[in-house]
Amino acid sequence: MSTANPITPKRKWWDLAKKSPPGAAAHEQDESFYRAGQWQLVWWKFRRHKLAQIAMVVLGIFYIIVIFAEFISPYDPQKRFKDYSTLAPVNVRVVDAEGKLHLPFVYGLERARDPVTLRPIYQENTASKRHPIVLFARGDEYKMWGLLPGNIHLFGVRTEPDEFVPLFILGSDTLGHDMLSRIFFGARISLTVGLLGVFLSFFVGLLLGGIAGFFGGLADEIIMRVIDVLLALPTIPLWMSLAAALPQDWPQLKTYFYVTIILSIFGWTILARVVRGKLLSLREEDYVMAARLDGESEGQIITRYMLPGFTSYIIVSLTLAIPNMILGETALSFLGVGLRPPTISWGVMLQEAQNLQTIAQTPWLLWPVAFVIVAVLMFNFLGDGLRDAADPYVTG
Amino acid sequence: MAQTDTLVEIKDLRTYFHLAEGVVHAVEGVDLTIRRGRTLGVVGESGCGKSITSLSLLQLVPPPGKIEGGQMLFYKPVQRNGTTGMVDVIDIAALSPQGREIRDIRGNHISMVFQEPMTAMIPVRTIGQQIIESIILHQNVSKQEAREQAIDMLARVKMSRPQQVIDDYPFQLSGGMRQRAVIAMALSCRPSLLIADEPTTALDVTTEAQILDLMRALQDDFGMAIMYITHNLGVVAEMAQEVVVMYLGKIVEQTDVKTIFLNPLHPYTRGLLASIPQLNETITHTDRSRRLQTIKGMVPDPYARLTGCPFAPRCPAFIPDLCDKVEPKYVMAEPGHYVRCHLYTETTS
Amino acid sequence: MLNYIIGRLARMIPQIFLVSILAFIIIQLPPGDFLTEQINRLRATGATVDEAQIQLLTNLYGLDQPMYVQYFRWIGNIVTRLDFGYSFLWQRPVNDVLLSRMGMTFFIAFLAFLVSWGLAIPVGIYVAVKQYSFADYFFTFIGFIGLATPGFLLALVLMYISYAILGIRVGGLYSPEFEPQPMSWAKFVDLLKHLWLPVIILAIAGMANIIRTLRATMLDELRKQYVTVARSKGLSEYQVIMQYPVRIAINPIISQTTYLLAWLFSGGTVVEIVMNLNTAGPVLWRALLQQDMYTAGAYILILGVLYSLGSLLSDLLLAAIDPRIRFGAMEAA
Repeated sequence: MSTANPITPKRKWWDLAKKSPPGAAAHEQDESFYRAGQWQLVWWKFRRHKLAQIAMVVLGIFYIIVIFAEFISPYDPQKRFKDYSTLAPVNVRVVDAEGKLHLPFVYGLERARDPVTLRPIYQENTASKRHPIVLFARGDEYKMWGLLPGNIHLFGVRTEPDEFVPLFILGSDTLGHDMLSRIFFGARISLTVGLLGVFLSFFVGLLLGGIAGFFGGLADEIIMRVIDVLLALPTIPLWMSLAAALPQDWPQLKTYFYVTIILSIFGWTILARVVRGKLLSLREEDYVMAARLDGESEGQIITRYMLPGFTSYIIVSLTLAIPNMILGETALSFLGVGLRPPTISWGVMLQEAQNLQTIAQTPWLLWPVAFVIVAVLMFNFLGDGLRDAADPYVTG
Repeated sequence: MAQTDTLVEIKDLRTYFHLAEGVVHAVEGVDLTIRRGRTLGVVGESGCGKSITSLSLLQLVPPPGKIEGGQMLFYKPVQRNGTTGMVDVIDIAALSPQGREIRDIRGNHISMVFQEPMTAMIPVRTIGQQIIESIILHQNVSKQEAREQAIDMLARVKMSRPQQVIDDYPFQLSGGMRQRAVIAMALSCRPSLLIADEPTTALDVTTEAQILDLMRALQDDFGMAIMYITHNLGVVAEMAQEVVVMYLGKIVEQTDVKTIFLNPLHPYTRGLLASIPQLNETITHTDRSRRLQTIKGMVPDPYARLTGCPFAPRCPAFIPDLCDKVEPKYVMAEPGHYVRCHLYTETTS
Repeated sequence: MLNYIIGRLARMIPQIFLVSILAFIIIQLPPGDFLTEQINRLRATGATVDEAQIQLLTNLYGLDQPMYVQYFRWIGNIVTRLDFGYSFLWQRPVNDVLLSRMGMTFFIAFLAFLVSWGLAIPVGIYVAVKQYSFADYFFTFIGFIGLATPGFLLALVLMYISYAILGIRVGGLYSPEFEPQPMSWAKFVDLLKHLWLPVIILAIAGMANIIRTLRATMLDELRKQYVTVARSKGLSEYQVIMQYPVRIAINPIISQTTYLLAWLFSGGTVVEIVMNLNTAGPVLWRALLQQDMYTAGAYILILGVLYSLGSLLSDLLLAAIDPRIRFGAMEAA
């Protein structure tokens, strides 16, 4: 062998799978790449997509909040602090009035009169005591998931027993609720409606799309016509009609359930089309013919050959359908035809921010918008990452 | 060797690709001469740099590739008709890839035909549109005249029913017909050099034979030179008068076609020729179990830069301490026969 | 070709028929005898209700008849006289209530369409050609924002920004002084001054998608052989890009025109509501909330028809620009 001075190439994504020591010959490393199963390959490619990684982390945090909302929120979301309504977000400081550094704290509030409107407002009182923000503070009582009682919150403010210093990190709304706590609890509805809706769409779409694609003929025609008709109807107006038809006096859960169903009405059509299209095209693939010639049964052909071909598409479709659901629920609730108070969702919270006057004076009521945007963005990134990862022709 | 005979002179061309993983020396100091009206065959394995050489000649090297050095002198005829006469000498290497001068040369004086006829034309425009576009670009003719020229060209490439084909879309034609159309498009402005980069590799043998015949006929008609790039030695034997063998970005042997087959000097060339299955031998010899000859080893990692002769790891005539340490010089081992190998020295005849 | 069109039109008819049935069912969903509710409501507010008129309406629209009779009356009125019924909410024929406002909705959405496609297509092409440039990252970023922020949320945010930071009051179609006046050049200019924000909001959502799609398909096509071949013929870079990869990459964008026609009349619904514009969106919202069934039903039916029509037109357009579809369709037909 001639003395080679190889320039060490940068690590390829399949290097992540190296099972042989770094000094091993190149062909050994390649071997683990060539022998990896389908899902291993998908996972490795997925790991490479930076935005999707970020999305996974952020969504993970969101869903942790959903699960542990009682613990993570500083206050009970339904608790009204009548004196402290429409309060701007409190100033969390690390530097006090004299310029000294401390751990995060807030000052107390004092009543004053707004010089312009002459209405009572609360202002930061920098002469008052410093109230440090502590972890695992005692706060409002709650029942975790309606079962386990507790009163420890992730963070809170340390005060004397009869003092009250509001820690409204994102301000409070017109009824005196803490915005942050409501946003955390609202996540429970906003982020799960999407999931449920998508699962419903998934089953219906898979079933009908599968029937249409697999059997073809009359079943296919009928299902396609139905889908065409459904797609012809405008989404938002249709949702609005159906949601408006729900009686006002139904219990929260029932409304939630039916809103989910309404949102799923269109979702399944897209999925059914995708499944049908994939089935039709995969039927023509050479490897399916080869399997048939080999004597494999139809069932085997479907599960071992065709299914892996479009499972990834289904996953991607579903992931990208979730943000639509979230936006749909938000829009409906915002317009007053979806969920209604006392149910808390981000859309319901935005009902308070419907006109210019309100927004101009109390812009922090718009905070749920930021969360909606982030959630939707993250799901889109995730879907993009999954799509790139699942596409076998993209080798990165 | 009359000077006006020369059409293209490539001197010490270097084209490198700057990738994240390293720098690939795709073309590493290539010297070539293409003469008017003659065919030069460029032979080599995949990755030896033959395609990049031809792309460099038209300043079509895709980024992150870049021509790093050398000259490519094009002896552009001032008048279109005439094999002798006044010429402008243009150094293509110095031209900007988007500039007016190179665009005046492309498709006009130097044309190129690529390997895949299926993807060479865009499916949503007709054959005629794509040919006429070329004609109108370089010649001052009306649309009607351009259309007539296009039909004439299609007839010359032995396309059946040219009046109809001109309004057809590429996907309506078979592979062989498409390649004819592509050739018609390339020759529509009567270039003095046609670069053919493996034009028949994707075709079946019968069609290949027809296309090769066609190219030779057109060469006679138009008096154009052909730079024929291939890895198929049989085609080289049929088409070329001069042959150049490339390995890892360098030319390792160069001579006329007869000599390359009868008296190959470089061990790589020898290996290539030996690996052609000899049909008559297996028939006449009873020794049917004889294995096919191969060149041992593989083409090395393109990022690795080796010292000494690049072919050394695979060379049956490897000389230790020489071939792996010292780069062989490009010498004229016999009159008109150049080789890059330590086995040979410059003749002093 | 003609056969294909006729075939499609023939298929459209049962589709629209089904849509009309669905529309009718949906608007009948709210419980309670509709007309009686309205009358009670009107009575409660103290408005006088003309008994003769009620009888007239009841007969005209068959409101005391079984459901299917009502449906046929409704559909019959529409097909024969283009009479979409009566709006109990506004006490005027639906035609009056809806049609002019749908015209305005269309105008806004059409401007948004021009802006959106006019900007997005050049940008999409540009960022594909200059991949990894600053413009590429910038527009990808904007694109994501546009994708994630639905129109109405964007409307809220932009309304806030424009008011709090720029001090401009937004909302409404006309300034108070122009409202009662007949249309004039000055009034038109005033209209445009109020429309720029909704137009931008509607345009952004569409732009994001177009830029993304165009960029992805362009990147695919730019790697293909025919682009190099085109370059080797001596075409300028601009000619190479526009005549070759763009011709293919534009197809997915054109296929989006399926939804375009319907979108032009319905896409801005929520934005219009938020911005308090006197257009079809708010009308529909109130009609739904107050169960003004003919208004709502008419709207849904019209949109269903527009979708079918738009789908047909889009398919024809696509077949016109892509010969592969034409020839494929010929083989299949």
